[in-house]
Amino acid sequence: MAPVLEIRDLHVTFRTRDGIVQAVDGVSLDLARGGTLGIVGESGSGKSVTGLTVMGLTRLPNATISGEVLLDGEDLLRLHDDRLREIRGKRIAMIFQDPLSSLHPLYKVGWQIEEAIRAHEHVSPHAARARAIEALRSVEIPSPAEFVDRYPHELSGGMRQRAMIAMALVLGPDVLIADEPTTALDVTVQAQILELIASLQREFHTAVLLITHDLGVIAETADEVAVMYAGRVVEQGPLETILDGPEHPYTWGLLRSIPRLDVPRTARLRPIEGSPPSLIHPPSGCHFHPRCPYVMPMCRSMDPELLPSDADHLVACHLSPTEKRRIWRGLQLEEAAAS
Amino acid sequence: MTALLEARDLVKHFPVTTGVLFNRTQGYVHAVDGVSLSVEPGETLGLVGETGCGKSTTARLLTRLLEPTSGEIRYDGTDITHWSQRKLRPLRRDVQMIFQDPYSSLNPRRPVGTIIGEPLRIHGIGTKRDRRLRVRDVMSRVGLNPEHYNRYVHEFSGGQRQRIGIARAIVTNPKLIVADEPVSALDVSIQAQVLNLLQDLRDELGLTLVFISHDLSVVRHLCDRVAVMYLGKIVELAEPDALYEHPRHPYTGALLSAVPVPRVGAHRARRRVVLRGDVPSPNAPPSACRFHTRCPKAQAVCSELEPPLEAKESSTHLAACHFPLTHAEAEALRAPDPKLVELSRRRSRSRRAG
Repeated sequence: MAPVLEIRDLHVTFRTRDGIVQAVDGVSLDLARGGTLGIVGESGSGKSVTGLTVMGLTRLPNATISGEVLLDGEDLLRLHDDRLREIRGKRIAMIFQDPLSSLHPLYKVGWQIEEAIRAHEHVSPHAARARAIEALRSVEIPSPAEFVDRYPHELSGGMRQRAMIAMALVLGPDVLIADEPTTALDVTVQAQILELIASLQREFHTAVLLITHDLGVIAETADEVAVMYAGRVVEQGPLETILDGPEHPYTWGLLRSIPRLDVPRTARLRPIEGSPPSLIHPPSGCHFHPRCPYVMPMCRSMDPELLPSDADHLVACHLSPTEKRRIWRGLQLEEAAAS
Repeated sequence: MTALLEARDLVKHFPVTTGVLFNRTQGYVHAVDGVSLSVEPGETLGLVGETGCGKSTTARLLTRLLEPTSGEIRYDGTDITHWSQRKLRPLRRDVQMIFQDPYSSLNPRRPVGTIIGEPLRIHGIGTKRDRRLRVRDVMSRVGLNPEHYNRYVHEFSGGQRQRIGIARAIVTNPKLIVADEPVSALDVSIQAQVLNLLQDLRDELGLTLVFISHDLSVVRHLCDRVAVMYLGKIVELAEPDALYEHPRHPYTGALLSAVPVPRVGAHRARRRVVLRGDVPSPNAPPSACRFHTRCPKAQAVCSELEPPLEAKESSTHLAACHFPLTHAEAEALRAPDPKLVELSRRRSRSRRAG
């Protein structure tokens, strides 16, 4: 089946006072209908800009965008603003990390959901209200008929995120872009929200593009994973492959640097040394080479292509496949010995 | 051995007022409501809990940035509960804080050398030249380039800024550092660097550390004992391995079961207690056990009688609960055994294939 959303060779740059920021540097991704693609990366990896660009929210005077974003074959990047507005909200919706700043503080929650409906469909205010209440019920908000008359500041963080999800899904979009949807929430609330997104996804067959820095969240939600670093996808594959047999040194570093509840305590953490690169003057060759423990001379000069290492596993690294497997096995043995 | 820091029945209520001119007190936010703990010299005590549980207020009470409504704080055996800020000043040399946000806790208009050296200047330690040398020394100790002495905060990355905050905290050679979410604002790859630094400094300088975080995995990694807070109270206090192996309080169990782990199928292989609803308002906390409104094990007695924080089975494992989790219940909640995960994965794979 054809993917619902295809991103082809996306480049996004921003002109700033300090220079040209290469935020997204040739990203290609497919989102399967009804599936979940997790994009994992740290701040500055370009994961959020990718999501925003799909929504057409980076159409700014200082931005240059190239490539293709195909929704069922229609290129969103070439659409006129009016046509894009018809699609945005109706066929692609987005939720953000901070629900308080995405809700209008002066309007009641119900009114804001009704507005989303009325922007796309000619329905009576009464019918819009009924659908808003129904949407709030579907995100498990208790007594939704009273909830519609509350203002955002009266709600807890979890309730606000539920309201945002209700607003995003009320028109039954094909694609939901969730940009760090649980990062601002406590873990117990995070568990509620992740469960909610998964159950709504099953119900409405919405495809989800989940953007997060948390590999634990990825493990619970995604089928496919793309690891981003400095504007590029460095590794991509099914969830099991990325967590069990990763082949990029950055993915290894990510998995090994976090303290984990599922393994015995270790004496010391193993951080990735150095700091994330500048996107104005990115390192030559492989962007990860200054922090990579396995760097070779060619990494400094030659850009590794994102190439298949296995049927559905793509990796951008100059290390040979046998070498990668040998190193990863070694790292796992080290892990087992430490615990 | 006497505790370096001891808190008994610490209470902090913040008034809720209405009106502009004639403020009328409407009620109180019960931010901290009867917290007792002690920190031994050289120990690292973790305070963990969700938003609004009172962990940051506790930190500010322990360092006497706030004055408690009631209760007692003893530092090195001396009662400092109601000391004035002037009287506390010499003590501030020994007790330092590290804050979460390295962006707002550092003055953007001062060179970092001045920021780090500020505590020395305030306490009148050494000559100007001594101070400069000490600052350079501390900068290289925390992994900053001493040549960046005259740079400004905006020229540093988030991780480096947190190193500046740490340098400022250790420059006076304190005995106790209270760190309030010191790595929460950092990227994961940088978080590990800063945690390792804190650990090294603690071991080398013999620091006593109170480490506050919402992140259970970070607390488990770093701390000798962990206190779990809920709505202004400590509900469980234990050594990390005991706490994570067998949580006694149902809230701790729910919290642990909610942490996602980066392992395929892990969330399907364990039982997760999803707490319904939100944390009740600290303006009017529930009676008796504060967790009874959301607790899966609650009975009538839980809303009538407050459970004391007492030893369960072992003397070092305290919990405040009438019906603590049994071994079997705790087992089901724990981040699962990799073998079990593998089993469940194989099953789901064969289901898919069939």
